[in-house]
Amino acid sequence: MPDTIALRVDGRAVDISAGSTVLAAVAIAGQQSCRRSVSGESRGPLCGMGICFECRVTIDGVQHRRACQMLCAPGMEVRTDG
Amino acid sequence: MAEHRGEVVVIGAGPAGIAAAERAAAYGRSVIVLDDNPEVGGQIWRGERERLTRGDVRWILGARVVDVVGERALLVEGTGGGAERVVFEHLVLATGARERFLPFPGWTLPGVTGAGGLQAMVKGGLPIEGKRVVIAGSGPLLLAVAAYLRGRGARIAYIAEQAPWRRLAGFSLHLLCSVEKLRQALALRVALAGVPYAASTWPLAAEGEGNLERAVLRTSRGTVRIGCDYLACGFGLVPNLELARLLNCDVRDGFVAVDEHQRTSCAGIFAAGEVTGIGGLDLSLLEGEIAGCAAAGHESDAHRLVAQRPAARRFASALAEAFALRGELKALPDAQTIVCRCEDVTYERLAEHTTSRSAKLHTRCGMGPCQGRVCGAAAEFLFGWTSDYARPPVFPTRIATLTAYHEVTT
Repeated sequence: MPDTIALRVDGRAVDISAGSTVLAAVAIAGQQSCRRSVSGESRGPLCGMGICFECRVTIDGVQHRRACQMLCAPGMEVRTDG
Repeated sequence: MAEHRGEVVVIGAGPAGIAAAERAAAYGRSVIVLDDNPEVGGQIWRGERERLTRGDVRWILGARVVDVVGERALLVEGTGGGAERVVFEHLVLATGARERFLPFPGWTLPGVTGAGGLQAMVKGGLPIEGKRVVIAGSGPLLLAVAAYLRGRGARIAYIAEQAPWRRLAGFSLHLLCSVEKLRQALALRVALAGVPYAASTWPLAAEGEGNLERAVLRTSRGTVRIGCDYLACGFGLVPNLELARLLNCDVRDGFVAVDEHQRTSCAGIFAAGEVTGIGGLDLSLLEGEIAGCAAAGHESDAHRLVAQRPAARRFASALAEAFALRGELKALPDAQTIVCRCEDVTYERLAEHTTSRSAKLHTRCGMGPCQGRVCGAAAEFLFGWTSDYARPPVFPTRIATLTAYHEVTT
């Protein structure tokens, strides 16, 4: 596995250490929030352990992936909705 | 559909699960460990691969148990979204605990996180160097998190412990009973030298435009506002009971009921670690070992370990007593504070109801993707509501997994 992984968050290129979560990549891209709530509030990660579902993002076109439970992979396209 | 068979299947790759797997594997049993997280270790050993047992254990990570299918099988959804069937002879539930979050004005702002939650994020690569962090809530976890984050370059602006000094002093006497715990406590003291720590202190609000900018804390000397990038809150731990409930294991006083060999009320199903009571690492490891022995059919070895348990349990009860949540925290939310973050249900809308069922039917509280994992523990504290059932799927699931029901049940 390479030491760093290149992926994109909201179109922005991010280089990150292998083994990092998508959540870390979102933060490095400068995004504090991941999604919009049902009433339109912007929301960021809360529990960090896959329980709260606040860090949902779209990864490679698949919606509702928990950024905290997914590891970065080369070439990933991550979309936030925050 | 892929199918995995294990003589002993362990749910949860934290300390209790690892200990159970290691023991059962040492007796030559075929062992499978499943965990929702992408790495082993649970929360406390997150990502510490060296903890992996050298025994013959199959690790299936990034996999969620969705339902129980048939007498001795689980329907599991992997990270790739595919459905798998896991068949067991003996099952060990080591599903651990999550943090209890209490709602207060502003707690939905990005930047307000769990305490253990922020630690988990940083372990996953979240940059924390130079960030200002206020840590609030209750329990020794706050200190452990503060020390960890400081070690990674965070500036810990404040640690707010809701319990009063009087109780903390009583708790510290318990530390004197254990050389190891005393050593840990002293190490934390050194690691956190110079960091403001106050008892009888709790968050009143999180403020900021769009993102968190300030924590507002109630202290015994009045209200203080502290600028911060993160407000990391954790008001104790609550067990992850969903799977145990789905399996119909008896739950007593909020935890999975087990006998001295960690057997649940269901034949062939064991439980170990925080899901049977919040007791910390030592108790989790011990219970995991006992469950591993018993699940492998080596009752006499399990029995030899049982003698060590009373000391570990005493520490657990001292913990619960010292860090019990004070009633004033029930007044933290105002009418407009969101309690259910998935469905954006406010405190005032919930306060019209007398049971969680009524609230759920009328407001959708607890019906979003977290399925009440966050608001359930908050509502239990705020309103005294309890919920005693779990319905499948116990995790939000892809349609492809649901269609696999047909395959596994016919």
